[in-house]
Amino acid sequence: MQIFHRSTNTISRVSLFGAVFFIALLGWVFDSLQRSSYNTQQNVAREQPVQFSHAHHVGAIGIDCRYCHTSVEKAAFAGIPPTKTCMNCHSQIWAQSPYLEPVRESYRTDRSIEWTRVHDLPDFVYFDHSIHVNKGVGCETCHGRVDQMPLMWQASRLQMSWCLDCHRNTEKYLRPKDQVFTMGYVPAGDQLELGRKLQKEYGIRKVTVLESCSTCHR
Amino acid sequence: MRVERKAAAVGLLLCAAAAAACRQEMYNQPRYKPLGRSDFFADNRQARPPVEGTVARGMLRADSRLYTGKEGNALVSVFPLPVTRALLDRGRQRYNIYCAPCHDRTGAGNGMVVQRGYRQPPSLHIDRLREQPVGHFFDVITNGLGAMPDYAAQIPVEDRWAIVAYVRALQLSQGARVGDVPPESRGELDRAKPTGEPSPASPEYPTLYKSAPIRGSGAGSVPGAQLDPGAPAGGVKAKPPK
Repeated sequence: MQIFHRSTNTISRVSLFGAVFFIALLGWVFDSLQRSSYNTQQNVAREQPVQFSHAHHVGAIGIDCRYCHTSVEKAAFAGIPPTKTCMNCHSQIWAQSPYLEPVRESYRTDRSIEWTRVHDLPDFVYFDHSIHVNKGVGCETCHGRVDQMPLMWQASRLQMSWCLDCHRNTEKYLRPKDQVFTMGYVPAGDQLELGRKLQKEYGIRKVTVLESCSTCHR
Repeated sequence: MRVERKAAAVGLLLCAAAAAACRQEMYNQPRYKPLGRSDFFADNRQARPPVEGTVARGMLRADSRLYTGKEGNALVSVFPLPVTRALLDRGRQRYNIYCAPCHDRTGAGNGMVVQRGYRQPPSLHIDRLREQPVGHFFDVITNGLGAMPDYAAQIPVEDRWAIVAYVRALQLSQGARVGDVPPESRGELDRAKPTGEPSPASPEYPTLYKSAPIRGSGAGSVPGAQLDPGAPAGGVKAKPPK
């Protein structure tokens, strides 16, 4: 007795092959989504309590990163400046501006300005600014052209594959130590050649160490 | 059939719940982070000041010459640490970060922040400042003076002395004469002329002071500056900062 119609043969074949493609498609969609800025918040400018512009302070005035981020060379945390640092200049410049009222209020009342964190690594990742900065990784390499950002955004994905891309190919990114804080740095000559030279000079560890789990997850 | 469906639904829900929960729990662990917010302390800060009346190890700061630039009430006129080429290089770097926004890279006081309206500081090359003991500059960086805020929180003590040493070098550079340039480097001065490139040796700031009456002629004769022989007089050779 014939239970199934003939066409079910075709349907079953199509659905078998179709399932493979469907699962692959699902995988691709999921992967694209988790890399997208919808998930990573890459390139999304954040609102802040004060409209602080790096483009103005770094790009136009030319203030060095370390003027405010004082601990970037010796600690894991680069440091968000205390209100006092703002007031170094803004006690006299734009001293009446309504934009800066939250800053003055913070200075008067000794309450911290609560900035919105832009670069937020997961807590299971160990990251130390000082080792990167002291081994020739430029601010710009991870943070992008901060001197062109009116409001701060995250220029990189900050996902593990992104970290590993550099940890496995440091020669592609290293720059001379005196150029670490430069924005818009262009290597003089071939980057790979320079990178290999700097790897030796700065004693960059082997890839097996740099990509080991416990380097970042400790 | 019904039981299977129910099981599938429950399974899906569990998966969804697990997927939603795991990410946030591990991403944001309940521990204190630098400058994080606390709802426990009244000032909402996780960072705590040291308990009153306590001194952290290595923070006694007993050496008043090093930490205040003073001995008793008198400003020190001798550097409390050896002045080396490395210290001067560090000083140049730190000066360009923290001081140049107002004082500009030559010390004339025309920095960007001044150009945007901040009160102009005196040039570092006026006689009054050239004659100040080194402790004066350290004290001003530490405590501020007039319109200048203090930089105690931004610049560690050793770096402040490095900056003071570099300020001395800057002062020397602005009063340097051709005779101070080592003979083998004098060619560079002549070469610099036709191109009209500004260099500290042929300054854009023509006459900051009329002559160059720095006591003695060499760097070694500045009070307290134990400059090593290879130390530059500020930038006589017009090298770009390293």
